[in-house]
Amino acid sequence: MFENLTDKLQAVFKRLGKRGILREADVEEVLREIRLALLEADVHYKVVKDFVGRIRERAIGAEITKSLSPAQQVVKIVHAELIETLGQPGRLELKGPAPYVLMLVGLQGSGKTTMVAKLSRHLKKGGHLPLMVAGDTYRPAAIRQLEVLGRQLEMPVYSEGQHVPPPKICANSVREARQRGYDVVILDTAGRLQIDDEMMGELEAVKRAVNPVETLLVADAMTGQEAVNVAAGFNERVGLTGLILTKVDGDARGGAAISMRAVTGVPIKFLGTGEKTDALEVFHPDRLASRVLGMGDVLTLIERAESTFDQEQAEHLERKIREASFDLEDFLDQFQQIRQMGPLSQLLGMVPGLSQMMDDVSPEVTDQQFKRIEAIILSMTPEERRNPRVFNASRKRRVARGSGTTVQEVNALLKQFRQMQQVMKQMGKGKRGLRGVMRLFG
Amino acid sequence: MTIGFAQSLKDSLTRTRNTVFSRIANLLGASQVTEETWDELEGLLIQADVGVETTLHLIEQLRRRASEEAILQTDTLQTALREELRALLPDPPPLDLGNRPLDVILIVGVNGSGKTTSIAKLAYCYKQQGRQVLLAAADTFRAAAMDQLGIWAGRAGVNIITGSVGGDPGAIIFDALQSAQARGMDLVIADTAGRLHTQYNLMAELGKIRTVAAKNVPTAPHETLLVLDATTGQNALSQAKHFQQAVDVTGVILAKLDSTAKGGMVFAIARELGLPVRFVGTGERIEHLAPFDADVFIDGLLGPTNN
Repeated sequence: MFENLTDKLQAVFKRLGKRGILREADVEEVLREIRLALLEADVHYKVVKDFVGRIRERAIGAEITKSLSPAQQVVKIVHAELIETLGQPGRLELKGPAPYVLMLVGLQGSGKTTMVAKLSRHLKKGGHLPLMVAGDTYRPAAIRQLEVLGRQLEMPVYSEGQHVPPPKICANSVREARQRGYDVVILDTAGRLQIDDEMMGELEAVKRAVNPVETLLVADAMTGQEAVNVAAGFNERVGLTGLILTKVDGDARGGAAISMRAVTGVPIKFLGTGEKTDALEVFHPDRLASRVLGMGDVLTLIERAESTFDQEQAEHLERKIREASFDLEDFLDQFQQIRQMGPLSQLLGMVPGLSQMMDDVSPEVTDQQFKRIEAIILSMTPEERRNPRVFNASRKRRVARGSGTTVQEVNALLKQFRQMQQVMKQMGKGKRGLRGVMRLFG
Repeated sequence: MTIGFAQSLKDSLTRTRNTVFSRIANLLGASQVTEETWDELEGLLIQADVGVETTLHLIEQLRRRASEEAILQTDTLQTALREELRALLPDPPPLDLGNRPLDVILIVGVNGSGKTTSIAKLAYCYKQQGRQVLLAAADTFRAAAMDQLGIWAGRAGVNIITGSVGGDPGAIIFDALQSAQARGMDLVIADTAGRLHTQYNLMAELGKIRTVAAKNVPTAPHETLLVLDATTGQNALSQAKHFQQAVDVTGVILAKLDSTAKGGMVFAIARELGLPVRFVGTGERIEHLAPFDADVFIDGLLGPTNN
């Protein structure tokens, strides 16, 4: 299987052998790949259908910008559309008279109890006084779990044990909060299936009793096609105001988020990103969109590359490669341009798989190492940079001393450069041109 | 026992039958196979979480058969689909239990998949069969996880070994195995903390737990069962792969099959990793666990057969 959508599309375009304006027939094949990628990411079948329809409209006739390959261009359209579907990140709406009641609902095992603790901690940091409420009287030790979390956080938990009906516990907890000056009440509820009529009825009763400002569906990022039914089911019975996606720290693509957004229209408010109570993140639509497409944050990278590499420099470089006159001076130029795009460690993080590609350059390319490479080249004379063949032991020693590195490091760099020259020579012969070189750099 | 459990499995799948897959049945009623039939079939399989790759594989197989066997009617196609689905779930050998004085079952899975509840059900089921069951509550991480299993142990009427919160799970397994041997018990079921399969350190910890088990009881754990939430999508395959690598998973418990989820990802797991499904969770009560039966499962998915 291919790594991600960009790779797949690249393969399609290669087969098509076309550049320039996208034609309708090409678009259909591209759309098929988009469709499969989204389905693999667990986006619901019907949501994908609508989505692909919108992409079709945007992609046909779209002009390809010169700095992007057709594949990248299509991915950019898909990405933009995904971000639109995911919507803006929602904030907690704490409006009206305090105490503000937040009610967490969801299936069994989605992570509600942990999320109550995380939200509580988050709100306390924001200057609120939250009260956590143990409203799950069904699951064995659920109350105790919340009490333990409360102790760990040194924050209050309201509980009446497991023999009082949850609507009553919740109503009492709000009264308690009002009396004792807590301004936010966070209700834990038992996990339940959206088709369990009796249990959903109980949830409606809780809602009537406490009139929450937020009713948040807590859903596992790993959820499959069911996400649509779950979100629709809860929304119908209790009227959701937001979504919280949990277990985002795993490797699930998180297409469920798109499905749930599509059927409920309510904003995604938070992401749970770990087991500890501080592992709570605000939702970024662009990052989740990239993740759904299985491509890291490669779009930010594309955009940065577009703004960093100007056309003239690119042509100059392409000529140099074709003439096989690429020297250490150009090497330094390239390094410096890439560094302008941001810290290297961050750039590498945006491209899944890139670090493996860079393996033969250096096992762990860090910003530190980049600086050392720069220092070594800067310590060379212009003649040495243009013609590294003049290097002998004494020159190497001088450069090492001048750059505060060792002869071994100088040797390693020269070796890397020679390898790179060879690759470029081969590329110069072929017609891959600049784009191939840029790919070499990342 | 099998008939009762089969019935309970069938019941739990009734909803499924009434929803998505019955649409396949309707779709595959007696009419002509058209291009639309294939499109719909693809959509319905995808919506059951069967996954893109497995769905395309199934469609390809069926298309080939349709042309080779001159299948023109959708009801014939339904029989073929049933056969193809069944071929993906070959019958595994019986569980490697009952062949020694003390059996050890290790239960693993991601957070919230349903491990603790599944263990309670397993304990109850084996206790009913007359086995002497001891539970090892080795989830020392999640708040109140040991209390939760303790309450279930009480309901199942079995003993349990717990440890201190934040303690070494290996130590609890050690204590449980020692205690089981001393008391002459014949089955230890070990709970472990939920962990995402991408957490390297926690996966390595599972390996250590295995080692502790093997040092105290020869060839233990005899079964290592991965608990998967039936509502999980394609990530289930990644979970199964990682857990298989880390602890040699021998089978799957498909929990929460009483939801509207279809559990279609087990086809990919069986196809790619050769992991059999051993049990399914069919409800919240302690008796809601059934041995997996591929025919019943597929019957449930496709609706009743014509014969």
